[in-house]
Amino acid sequence: MIDLFSQLLTDYTLRTVALGAATLGIVGGGLGSYAVLRGQSLLGDAISHAALPGVALAFLITGSKAPLPLMLGAAFTGVLATLIIIGVTNTTRVPYDSALALMLSVFFGVGLVLLTYLQQHAGAAQAGLDSFLFGQAAALVEQDVVTMAVLGGVALLVMLLFWKEFKILAFDPAFGRSLGFPIRALDVALTTLLVIAIVIGLQTVGVVLMSAIIVAPAAAARQWTDQLGAMVALAAVFGAVSGISGAFVSGTTANLPTGPTIVLCMGSIVVVSLVIAPNRGLFWMWWNQRRTSQRLRRERVLCYLYTLARKHEHPKYAHEAATLDALVSGSTRTTYVLRQLAEAGFVSRTEKGKWHLTDMGIEEAHRLAKSRNLISDFPPTEDERSTD
Amino acid sequence: MSAAQIEIQMVAAVVAVACALPGAFLVLRGMAMMSDAISHAILPGIVAGVLLTGSLHSPFLILAAALTGLLTTVLVETINNTGQVKEDAAIGIVFPVLFSLGVVMIAKFAGDMHLDTDAVLLGELAFAPFNRFTVFGYDLGPQALWIMGSVLAVNAFFLLLFYKELKLATFDPSLASSLGFRPRPLHYALMGLVSLTAVSAFDAVGSILVVALMVGPPATGYLLTDRLDVLIGLSAGIGIGNAVLGYWGAHLLDASIAGAMATTTGIAFGAAVMCAPKRGLVAQWRRRRRQRWTFAEQMLSIHLRQHENTPEANRECRIEHLQEHLNWEPDFAQRVVSYASKKGTIRRENGHLSLTEDGRAVAQDAATRT
Repeated sequence: MIDLFSQLLTDYTLRTVALGAATLGIVGGGLGSYAVLRGQSLLGDAISHAALPGVALAFLITGSKAPLPLMLGAAFTGVLATLIIIGVTNTTRVPYDSALALMLSVFFGVGLVLLTYLQQHAGAAQAGLDSFLFGQAAALVEQDVVTMAVLGGVALLVMLLFWKEFKILAFDPAFGRSLGFPIRALDVALTTLLVIAIVIGLQTVGVVLMSAIIVAPAAAARQWTDQLGAMVALAAVFGAVSGISGAFVSGTTANLPTGPTIVLCMGSIVVVSLVIAPNRGLFWMWWNQRRTSQRLRRERVLCYLYTLARKHEHPKYAHEAATLDALVSGSTRTTYVLRQLAEAGFVSRTEKGKWHLTDMGIEEAHRLAKSRNLISDFPPTEDERSTD
Repeated sequence: MSAAQIEIQMVAAVVAVACALPGAFLVLRGMAMMSDAISHAILPGIVAGVLLTGSLHSPFLILAAALTGLLTTVLVETINNTGQVKEDAAIGIVFPVLFSLGVVMIAKFAGDMHLDTDAVLLGELAFAPFNRFTVFGYDLGPQALWIMGSVLAVNAFFLLLFYKELKLATFDPSLASSLGFRPRPLHYALMGLVSLTAVSAFDAVGSILVVALMVGPPATGYLLTDRLDVLIGLSAGIGIGNAVLGYWGAHLLDASIAGAMATTTGIAFGAAVMCAPKRGLVAQWRRRRRQRWTFAEQMLSIHLRQHENTPEANRECRIEHLQEHLNWEPDFAQRVVSYASKKGTIRRENGHLSLTEDGRAVAQDAATRT
């Protein structure tokens, strides 16, 4: 462990990549939370694909491969694609997801045409532009990371400054409008911040995987909390952890590309969160459901014993477990339930293997039957038995 | 045109039609993004197939990858069904994870297999004529043409066989299930076709163009017609047009064919958005403008009829008065009056406006309708 840390601090490439990946994870996770909450998870995918022509155009115009102009170009076409998607959805009957898929592939296609055109005409000068396609974290240099950190930091700062406004935009835009907030402008602003988060990550993970950086940490964080602030913070932490561990694992293992490793780390966090997060986790949901159904089954058996006993005018009349089996449908055998009830002291077993209620059991069954309106008065009728 | 050029265009056209058939239903069912997800997520299936068979062109590879496509669908639905993650977020997580898995598999195990991510994402249609399909030494044309032709046949056959069911399940899923059709197997069958088509096409055109070909032509056609059969036919036709135009565009610019085909798809869609006969922006704008004038004409005739043969008629039925009474700008009032008199609904005599028989009918009609 100490070794790994010292390596992280001393190895220049590893440190640069890890810092870049962490930045990307924090910004992507934080702003991605809004995208996920607003049902725009796939917009990130469209924006990242649409950034490709912007990168090529920026290079075509400036002839420079400095990160800032390329990122600005990417942001420009990313915003353009978003505006077209929104415009098409609002003015025609083409559904949102079709507009999204179409613009994603069309912009990407234009980018591809520009890139191949550059390859034919600009010669070697354009080499490296296609790292935006698949990401090439190992090629990150300090200048890239600084640019990413500054742009991402500004984006996060703006998000914090307009926290209240963005919150109302995400949860109840109609209410926000009635309060006089400029919802449309806020929408554009928040989407622009998302574009920034995407653009700064392209070089590290590439166009295709960017969608995971936006969606996965946020979806994982959503499992742990119902608070926006906690969710944004947690998503940023998940993003950073995945980024650093992904960079680290791929940096120390031969032939393991960084971008995909980061995404796989994020995927694992999502799976773990889906399963074990308290309240919303699938395991806990299953656990609670199991406990509830066991409790209900116990109560049913108790009620049946009570009803049967009353029919025999003896509150402690003993019955075969098989009798109860016939009454209680369900997969679990009644003997198992009866044993549980015996442990709780509600029933007890005669020497002949029959079961009857104890005093405590009678009291409990009476309470249950009353609270559920199972029986009103003695003796029970056919109807009452079928109500259960 | 050289033979290779013709062959490339034929492959492109066949891919376009094969994609458009399931694509039409994806667009109508609001599942367009599944084409994106599936076309990326098949990567690990392709790699696994290549590793197992040792070849990039084995039928087993297509099967393995198509199964991965179905797996994507199942995974997305499983996550969605937990009720914890929305469907779009599930898609946004599942396909990058599977794609990453594929990239890692390539880097780890398939470095020497002539398989890289570029090839899967971008495809290279220009190479299609080089892989020949030969039987007993006879050259029967490019392999891609045969593969895609078969996929097209499968898609067309499925569509013909289940046209009614697909139509019903697409437009009214609840009616379909209440009538005893099973929408779920149909859904998976459709997704299976999407996977199969995406897998077969990746070699020729790459996964991103698959998305353009599946979603673009049907979305364009959707603006032009209200009939499902026409939509499917239009999608196929638009797909072929985009493919051929795209090929020549790429030829002209010496650029990626797949990219150029996606670009023409975008241009065709843009043209439809602007100029579609009923739903285009131009048509919408003209309709709105016409409505404005018709409405103004109705207002004017109702106003004139109100004051017809009354003592105030002389004061009310003057063009100057419209500004005050209907709150019209002088210029606008002037234009409405000339519009209406040109249409013969009002008469103008020394600044006094009166209704013609037609005008009375207009007023009567507008008044009873409101």
